[in-house]
Amino acid sequence: MKTKDIIKNGLIKENPTWVLVLGMCPTLATTTSAINGLSMGLATTFVLMMSNMVISLLKNVIPDKVRIPAFIVIIATFVTMVEMVMKAYLPALYDSLGLFIALIVVNCIVLGRAEAFASKNNVGQSFLDGLFMGLGFTWALTLLGMVRELLGTGCIFGHSLIGGADGMLMMILPPGGFLALGLLMALINHLRSKKKVK
Amino acid sequence: MAKKAQSTLPNMLISLTAIALVAAAALAALNGVTKDPIAKAQQAKVENAIGAVLPPFAKLEDKTVDGHLCHVGLDEAGTMVGAAIEAGNDKGFGGHLQLMVGFDAQGAVSGYQILETHETPGLGAKADQWFQKDGKGCVVGTKPADAPLTVKKDGGSVDAISGSTITSRAFLAIVNEAADVFAHINQ
Repeated sequence: MKTKDIIKNGLIKENPTWVLVLGMCPTLATTTSAINGLSMGLATTFVLMMSNMVISLLKNVIPDKVRIPAFIVIIATFVTMVEMVMKAYLPALYDSLGLFIALIVVNCIVLGRAEAFASKNNVGQSFLDGLFMGLGFTWALTLLGMVRELLGTGCIFGHSLIGGADGMLMMILPPGGFLALGLLMALINHLRSKKKVK
Repeated sequence: MAKKAQSTLPNMLISLTAIALVAAAALAALNGVTKDPIAKAQQAKVENAIGAVLPPFAKLEDKTVDGHLCHVGLDEAGTMVGAAIEAGNDKGFGGHLQLMVGFDAQGAVSGYQILETHETPGLGAKADQWFQKDGKGCVVGTKPADAPLTVKKDGGSVDAISGSTITSRAFLAIVNEAADVFAHINQ
């Protein structure tokens, strides 16, 4: 597989959020603001890169029948590392993402890429796949966070754009997450299909 | 390419054990590095909250009163200038609400900080500003010991957060409880 394809797959063609629709739980729960979405995306990107790389390295050592528990242990190790580092050096961010960092362990994107890509491809490609799948997840979460934060509070990244307005509160509550996700997904897939026809 | 390991019992045992061991060792090493910064970050959070709610003080004395952690601020002569009391309850709209409430020597509220909240963003979560000095439901300067604070809906004097009466009630109940603790602090 060519590097260009790996990049394109992660960012657009097989984007984890818009196309594969994986990892919806953190997607909906952590995108109440752009900065939360961005941080969650970057934390997941780190885990994806590292676990893809290690799993690809070990793919011939791990017997098939125990591959899932082995993958989970590897993924959980990296997630715990992210959690400890974040708790130590970014306590405010840890407070707002809280539980969802630990839940990266069971994020289906991470296990999905381990199973579908890293266990079949070489180390370099697996690392790249993890990086770009992660970035694909990150831009999706950041965009969703920006839209919800803008509509819900009138701010983007905490900076007020609409002076004094309170915004539609519903957008940062769970129903707004579903609405924004559905509409954005429709829009993005519409744009993609239009491009394909050309 | 090396041959893939077969799924025999010894192979499975060895590979899983080895992976788990390496993972545990890596985490143990990182835990050693991050343990102190994590403790420091939590300590800093508490200290910032104390600094924000108390009148200026020279030194702090921690004690436990009625099961609540109290940080008593003393001046150079050792006289109490105020106390910050940690209190909370589970009556918030989203569950547990934990506050640090500061009182001056006369028992008037000198400030508060929210330590833990699960209130709704944009509604109950406004409590961090709402009851402050410039907020609409200001409680700073009031003396809950004279008359317990209640929201206007319950016949009290405090403006509840619009749309968040439950959060406001929980909040005021905590402030009142902290005031009780403060009254016992010198006994």
